[in-house]
Amino acid sequence: MTKPIPIVQTRSTSSIKANKLLGDIASYLLLLFGSLIMVGPFLWMISTSLKLPADQFSRSFIPDPITFSNYTRLWELLPFTRLIINSLTISVLSTVGQLLTCAMAGFCFAVIDFPYRRLLFLALLSTVMLPPQITLVPNFILFRWLGLIGTQVPLWLPAFWGGAFGTFLLRQYFLTIPFELAEAARIDGASLMAIFLRVYLPLAQPALAALAIFSFMGAWNDLLGPLIYLPTDLERTTLTVGLSLFQTQYSGRWTVMMAGALVSVLPVILLFLVAQRRFIEGIALSGVKR
Amino acid sequence: MHAGIKPLGGERWWLVVLLFPTMIGLLFGALGSVLATIVISLLNWDLITPPTWAGFANYTSLLSDTLFLRAMRITVLFSLAYVPGTIILSLLIALLLNRKLFGLSLFRTIYFLPTVSSAVAVGLVWSWIYGRERGLLNYLLSFVGIAPINWLGSQNALWSIVIVNIWGALGTGMVIFLAGLQAIPREYYEAGSLDGAVGWKAFRYITLPLITPSIFFQTIITTVHAFQAFEYVYVLTRTANGASNAPTLVYSIYRNGFNFFRMGTASAQAIVLALMILLLTLCYFWLERRLVVYD
Repeated sequence: MTKPIPIVQTRSTSSIKANKLLGDIASYLLLLFGSLIMVGPFLWMISTSLKLPADQFSRSFIPDPITFSNYTRLWELLPFTRLIINSLTISVLSTVGQLLTCAMAGFCFAVIDFPYRRLLFLALLSTVMLPPQITLVPNFILFRWLGLIGTQVPLWLPAFWGGAFGTFLLRQYFLTIPFELAEAARIDGASLMAIFLRVYLPLAQPALAALAIFSFMGAWNDLLGPLIYLPTDLERTTLTVGLSLFQTQYSGRWTVMMAGALVSVLPVILLFLVAQRRFIEGIALSGVKR
Repeated sequence: MHAGIKPLGGERWWLVVLLFPTMIGLLFGALGSVLATIVISLLNWDLITPPTWAGFANYTSLLSDTLFLRAMRITVLFSLAYVPGTIILSLLIALLLNRKLFGLSLFRTIYFLPTVSSAVAVGLVWSWIYGRERGLLNYLLSFVGIAPINWLGSQNALWSIVIVNIWGALGTGMVIFLAGLQAIPREYYEAGSLDGAVGWKAFRYITLPLITPSIFFQTIITTVHAFQAFEYVYVLTRTANGASNAPTLVYSIYRNGFNFFRMGTASAQAIVLALMILLLTLCYFWLERRLVVYD
């Protein structure tokens, strides 16, 4: 009676293993096929940007010959350095604004005991549901009244008004820092600001990094804001709008256009690759915890 | 939530300083903007001549505004395709990645690339992929004998836009579902397998109920995004006169407000947009109580 049991068991485990192997192979094939669709447009972008303009409609994936002339052409056709500086200024200022104000408010909601804390936090959270488009018209009228249309100010100033998403993200992270640290610092006579600056901010670096990436990417990739506030002139607009203007002005010059597209996605992709873990943790943090 | 540290004496001023920007944003950025948009939606205002009172005319005229009705129809159709498409595909990718395969982080990076890239830059490539005469897609389809399709013409533009938007949204969905899947304790599957719950049954009776919170969250986020679709619409479907082959509601708000300077109409449409999002969110929360399982 005892003999057949091990045989039956090995059979079933081996068939489970075989099933697992088949499943793994099928998963790989599906994932590879999906990857091709995800990454294909980027590869096509790179490949085309390295082709001679005369070869732009050639279907071969490997450019023959390989040329970098499209990149120099880009700087001849467009004030490209100017566009990059404009995008960079707006993105960096927005990021600074978000980090500063969201960390300040997030710390209050997570650590400080003050009246109406819960109510204010809920009010702030409810604004997540507010579509940003509802602020377009009043903001435009406000900035027009202030005489700031055509300047970059309307594009980064709102980042200094805090934000529900960033505040929520940092608050969630601050809550994971053991409260005993704050209490211990308090007993040692640390002031509120010292607890914020010396205890919480240094420990929250991962969450701050995640928020920095989100803010930078959001501002760098923004289209609607610069379309509304900046003049459609290539000296003063951002890289994204510059590219879309290029699309209408020089339509058909695909090799140069692809070089431009690549230059504009490269900084964010590099940023993402460097800080990938923080980025993904940030999304998971904002998505799972309630 | 623990009690927290009480500010002492002069520290109350620091509290005010720390909260000040957020309070400004809440008061003026959110509450003020909503009120201002409501007021402006009741005016005729082109920013050049002084505003005049319009009452509800901006709203009632929407009902006979064929461009607005078209934008509404397109936004709803877009959402009906985009929301389930994004949820199902990103869940599928997350399930595949959750098998703990070798190279998981590489796949994750690849699936994430479109999400971090500027829609304008990536849209340029897509406009070429979708091109009618020399586009890559029509070229590939010619091998299977399919005649060239006008992907971005008014007939197909909506569905072409849906595809690009789903493509761009899979990364975020995948990460959220993956986090949800990884939070399911292994013991559940071990216990389930004793009762014969393997494969599809394990998915149906263990995985699916336990990730309903993630699905719920993702559905709300994706729906809100669907109603705000703009960037790919702008890059891919804009026509020579500034109109679009698949004008969404936000495109219509942009056109009315910042091309035609009809501030009242644009505001009325923004209010309609916000109300639709609010209504849908309330529906979802009502459904949540019936469908979502929290341990």
